Amino acid sequence: MERKGVEEYQHFITLAALIIVIGGLPFFVTSSYHLSIMAFIGINTMLAVGLCLLMGYAGQVSLGHAAFYGIGAYASGILTTRFQINPWLAMAMAAIVTGVIAYVISVPMFRLKGNNLAMGTLGFGIIVYLVFVEMRDWTGGPSGLMSIPSLSAFGFVFDSDMKYYYLIWAFTLLFLVLSLNIVNSRVGRALRSIHGSEVAAETLGVNTSKYKSQILVVSAVYASIAGSLYAHYLTFINPQPFSFKLSIEIVVMVVIGGLSSVWGAIFGAATTTVLSEVLRALIPKLLRGATGEYEIVVFGVILMVVMIFMPEGLFSGIVRRAKAWRNGRALRMRAIESDAALHTNGLVGQGPVVAKDK
Amino acid sequence: MEFQQQVLQYLVTGITVGSIYAIIALGFVTIYNITEIINFAQGEFVMLGALFAVSLHNAHLPMPLAFVLAVAATTLCGAALERVAIRPAKGASTLTLIIITIGASISIRGLSLIAWGPDPYSLPAFSGNKPVMLGEAAIIPQSLWVLGATIVVLACLYGFFEWTLLGKAVRACAINAAAARLMGISPSRMALLSFSLSAALGAIGGVVMAPMTLATYDMGSMLGLKGFVAAIIGGFTNTPGAVAGGLLLGILESLGAGLISSGYKDAIAFIVLFLVLFFRPRGLFGGRDTARGGL
Repeated sequence: MERKGVEEYQHFITLAALIIVIGGLPFFVTSSYHLSIMAFIGINTMLAVGLCLLMGYAGQVSLGHAAFYGIGAYASGILTTRFQINPWLAMAMAAIVTGVIAYVISVPMFRLKGNNLAMGTLGFGIIVYLVFVEMRDWTGGPSGLMSIPSLSAFGFVFDSDMKYYYLIWAFTLLFLVLSLNIVNSRVGRALRSIHGSEVAAETLGVNTSKYKSQILVVSAVYASIAGSLYAHYLTFINPQPFSFKLSIEIVVMVVIGGLSSVWGAIFGAATTTVLSEVLRALIPKLLRGATGEYEIVVFGVILMVVMIFMPEGLFSGIVRRAKAWRNGRALRMRAIESDAALHTNGLVGQGPVVAKDK
Repeated sequence: MEFQQQVLQYLVTGITVGSIYAIIALGFVTIYNITEIINFAQGEFVMLGALFAVSLHNAHLPMPLAFVLAVAATTLCGAALERVAIRPAKGASTLTLIIITIGASISIRGLSLIAWGPDPYSLPAFSGNKPVMLGEAAIIPQSLWVLGATIVVLACLYGFFEWTLLGKAVRACAINAAAARLMGISPSRMALLSFSLSAALGAIGGVVMAPMTLATYDMGSMLGLKGFVAAIIGGFTNTPGAVAGGLLLGILESLGAGLISSGYKDAIAFIVLFLVLFFRPRGLFGGRDTARGGL
């Protein structure tokens, strides 16, 4: 009981610190390029947290997560540009549509396990991408949708990078808190039991398929809202950002952040977003005018190295090792102290000391 | 008449492309049977084979030598992949191994982008471009090379599995790894062999198909996925099933692209994937352990 209290307290402190940092950053960073990167970190965090719930907690791999992001973006784009629906209403409708799609596909999809699930979700992602490209009448085909309206509320128009930065991070923090609540609830424990052993979870009365479907719907809705925000922020969309490559990048974020670490998702999203920007600027200088997705080498190596040496994820792995080292040091210190105590009591050198308590 | 001729032409194309899928599928099955790993980097071997062959041919080597060296170089890459990325993660969960092979796949793709750049390369056809007429359908000579290579590969694999000690060891490992181990067959050597063998298979597919398509650094991922679908159709542990699955997928895709919509050509494979996974998860050709290992 007490331990739970301490944990909640820690979450509260972390959240408060995060709000201060996020709220304060625009006072120091004013270039719109940097603000837009920070806004994208927020969007990517929403995607990563969703996949983290699915992959880290429930142990269900998804290699097609970009599809939900794309469905959200396109649903918002189509509803606002072709039907002149209020953007907020469109965002909610997009989330509902994405949630329903996620629920419908979850039923057959989660009958698959392991490798087949990975391929199934990958195939779903590719089919959705092809639909974006091919359904020209609705999606505008490869050139996409233009002039998606900006968001506005009560006469306040979100029309600058800074306004979107705050808006996006407000959603991101909301989803983080929501995810922490899910993780620390009955549902979260059920999900972890599914990850541990699906059969064991079922024998203990956990309705595994219900929980797996529910968590897929939650993470799809996160991605959908992230997609809607993306569409209104950039005001144009095309299929390219919603391809298989993004699905893999979301996996990279989760792997860097730690497979089952909600806070780690921010770290993973930030590292991946910044790294990809830095590499995009750096590589043409190193390889003389090279253009292309060279950054995938670095992401590939990160995936391999982290998974080989820290299968729980980079951030979680480091945290766990740091804790183990600290505990280890405390133990060693105690051992040295007790050793010294034995020496002062003149017990060393008088045969084995079996127990010296009391 | 017009329609029949079209269908015949699609069938010819489908069988050609399907043979490539079959060779790639054999690579998946070979690794899976021995290590229970799905190698998401399988398609990259095809790409490496094609690009090595292009480079060697551009270095004025005769085509047969370029072919052999390209396959050998890719085989080494396959062996290196097993040693560098798979061996150190021994005993890891399926999720971990999926992510590792995906990491390997995009690393290889990125390194190839650095080595060869983003532009597509062409490889001249092995024996000219004058089509052979089969009734109403025109067959380009390279198609015959693809079919020939597939038949030779199948014959060699059959011989390997049936008549060599090493091949029998591979089959033993696929049928019962624990018992094979007790008989002195080293699982780690078998894992190395399976990665090398399937890299070689992928490379052969890549070299023979390069003259028909163009060779680019990113050609591998889609081919790898198609090969996976072919293997799933075949039941994944079933070697002849994988070949049949490859041909079936090639024909379905070619007919679908020709008669329905070419834009959704790549979607056909995944729709087939879903249908098989949901309704016949053990493949179209019988139970789980049919023909496991050999041909």
